[in-house]
Amino acid sequence: MTIARPADFEAGSLQPEGWLRYFSFSLDHKVIGLQYLVCGFVFYLIGGALAGVIRTELSSPISDFVSRDVYNQILTLHGTVMIFLWIVPVVNGAFGNYLIPFYVGARDMAFPRLNAVAFWLIPPAGILLISSYFISGGAAQSGWTAYPPLSLTTPALGQVLWIVSVLLLGGSSIFGGINFIATILKLRRPGLKMMHLPMYCWAMLGTSLLVVLSTPVLAGTLILLSFDIVAHTGFFNPSMGGNVVVYQHLFWFYSHPAVYIMVLPAFGLVSEILPVHARKPLFGYTTMVYSIMGIVVLGLIVWAHHMFTSGTPPWMRLFFTIATSFIAVPTGIKFFNWLATLWGGRIALNSAMLFACAFIVNFVFGGITGIALAQVPFDIHVHDTYFVVAHFHYIVYGGTVFVIFSALYHWYPKFTGRLLNEDLGRLHFLLTFIGFNLCFAPQHWLGLNGMPRRVAEYDPSFTTWNQVSSVGALLMALSTVPLLINVILTAYRGQPAGDNPWRALTPEWLTSSPPPVENWVGEAPLVTHPYAYGTPEGQLDLTAASGSELWRASQR
Amino acid sequence: MGLVLAGLWIGQNVSLLPVDASANAPVYDDLFRVLFSIGTILFLGIVGLLVYSLVRFRRRAGELGDGLAIEGNLPLEIVWTAIPAIVVLFVGIYSYDIYERMGGMVPLHDHSSMHAAAEMASVADVVINTSEERIWGGIANAGIAEGAPQSPPLAVDVTAIQFAFLFHYPEGDFISGELHVPVGRPVQLRMKANDVIHAFWVPQFRLKQDVIPGQPTLLSFTATRPGSYPIVCAELCGPYHGGMRSTVVVHEDDAFEAWLASNRPAPVTVSAATATPFA
Repeated sequence: MTIARPADFEAGSLQPEGWLRYFSFSLDHKVIGLQYLVCGFVFYLIGGALAGVIRTELSSPISDFVSRDVYNQILTLHGTVMIFLWIVPVVNGAFGNYLIPFYVGARDMAFPRLNAVAFWLIPPAGILLISSYFISGGAAQSGWTAYPPLSLTTPALGQVLWIVSVLLLGGSSIFGGINFIATILKLRRPGLKMMHLPMYCWAMLGTSLLVVLSTPVLAGTLILLSFDIVAHTGFFNPSMGGNVVVYQHLFWFYSHPAVYIMVLPAFGLVSEILPVHARKPLFGYTTMVYSIMGIVVLGLIVWAHHMFTSGTPPWMRLFFTIATSFIAVPTGIKFFNWLATLWGGRIALNSAMLFACAFIVNFVFGGITGIALAQVPFDIHVHDTYFVVAHFHYIVYGGTVFVIFSALYHWYPKFTGRLLNEDLGRLHFLLTFIGFNLCFAPQHWLGLNGMPRRVAEYDPSFTTWNQVSSVGALLMALSTVPLLINVILTAYRGQPAGDNPWRALTPEWLTSSPPPVENWVGEAPLVTHPYAYGTPEGQLDLTAASGSELWRASQR
Repeated sequence: MGLVLAGLWIGQNVSLLPVDASANAPVYDDLFRVLFSIGTILFLGIVGLLVYSLVRFRRRAGELGDGLAIEGNLPLEIVWTAIPAIVVLFVGIYSYDIYERMGGMVPLHDHSSMHAAAEMASVADVVINTSEERIWGGIANAGIAEGAPQSPPLAVDVTAIQFAFLFHYPEGDFISGELHVPVGRPVQLRMKANDVIHAFWVPQFRLKQDVIPGQPTLLSFTATRPGSYPIVCAELCGPYHGGMRSTVVVHEDDAFEAWLASNRPAPVTVSAATATPFA
């Protein structure tokens, strides 16, 4: 009988070392987080290329760039890739896996193997989805919503592959959600109470609850849909007594919460980034926590606002209008708290801060159009038009993607130990912000004036603003160039950041950068006040005060 | 204060919408102006505050210290919870009122209220199929036409197919590819789809209704401005979805009768060619 001694394990690691570990079934939450991030970014580039095809097609009013059914495949793939392979995995999987164990003071996630399985479902699902484009009949072409009966009449193989791919991605998302809930509730370091947690933990707890409650509904719906396609059942087929509106209810029961699954983690990340760079405590911690939970509850009961023109009964329209409008209240609380966090701070206007503030601008704009869209009479006019396209891009791109970029500038020194170049970062910000607004702001007008969404051809009177929009899209495409150069060059020869370049207090910075395998050498730190920045009122930090401040203080 | 005035002024003077050509369009435009004013005030206020903070509280060279350690302020939190709550409640009730005036709250969706609606048909200008077929959702012409003596509504059967709208006129028993309606007279579209979901949208009427297979739907409106306006399919219905467009022509009364008469003698005329995108 051999007795294992600690030295036996230290000799040869069971996990691959070096760059190879990023291609392995690694159980380290930090490796998995970066796997999610890089994999998601690859799909972002693919989805962006698909968006480029769409905007090229729409730069002229006739269908002349790709054939009409290819166009429908492209827009379906664009939506599916961006939602299920870029935003959801990155904003939940990447940052969640990297940060949550640090924030709760753990050495890894609660279920490391489940975690690795959740990630490794994504690349095959993504490859399956993209490759369905190359089979005969092509990819799914019924939009990311896959409304029957259209999805029952388009080429079956592409639609079934789409369903399988989304089921895999949904499974990945559920595994991740279970893992986050278990980690946040059960793996907290002794002495760390729920109300000590950084805001991102609360956001991920809320998000994971939404994932676990609503994603199974989508999975069930899509399985029924696949029965309709493959076995010719009649769940959603009106010619066999099925009901297509039932599909819409079930689909949106997941897909509206999906908006919060994409946006709540972004709210959490912003709550981490703003206090550090403004050198102030997060304003109104308790109300922020309650407003997250308020959004979770309300987010589950607003789905039918996507169906105001689908012949829903009047009482239902009234209920969903009121419920949807009321989401503005907890969301508004969060935005006012962030503004109050900035007020009176010492704000460093770096790339992370610029992207986070642009997020506030874009999201407030998208939120205001969202309140308008919640009103039934308004929605009846603009439903399924470019107004809606503009609205949700302001929410998911102007909101979440801006936050992902902000978070990248903020945590890149943690990932690599090097600071991203600020000049390239600001160029990236400028191109993204101008391109984004140029691309999507004109689409509000297009929608109000009669351009429906998901069309390859349109009335020639809309040509000018469509071309402006396409120029904006080109700028957005160009904006990824400085980002890519920055990320790749910095990894090799960037300015060393030290362990804590932002002088942050949250636990992920209280270790080396990049962190060791089990996060801390020795015991995990107990951080009960993650936002304890700032000098108390009436007290002046003499080491840091400027001359004018000292003078002003002496006048008082 | 200046912000509020600016928002109201911009909201009242904005013209982002196409011309209004139906009885409910001006009502809709009122709602749009209210929403736009509130939105402008909120957006300018928040962005103004943000930009001011970024400039006023930016970290100047050589400053290493922190900002003020303010953790929160309960009265302030209550204020900015209460204000949005009141605003959205007001907007919700107001838009409900608008929706009622547009006729959206007339229950059409179940049998009991269908009969009730049929009884008050003469008042509300709602004519329900006498068949037992279930009618789903849609918009009735209730509120707006109320009181004023109206001519009976013009009924048109609409069939949406891939990729055209077909308009069947029971009065003349012919099918047209364009919708022709008289000005000032209520029109009732009885819509059905045979293949996939389509949506009937006339931007100038501010009206849209999904046409769902298996669910016959009713849509009523009164055109108020003679002219030609586009009919657009707004629900993805297949490869030629973008080409699924047609025209609604709003005639003066006598011109409409003339058009009806010119089509009547040839009941087999199918002028759907204008609506099909295959050409």
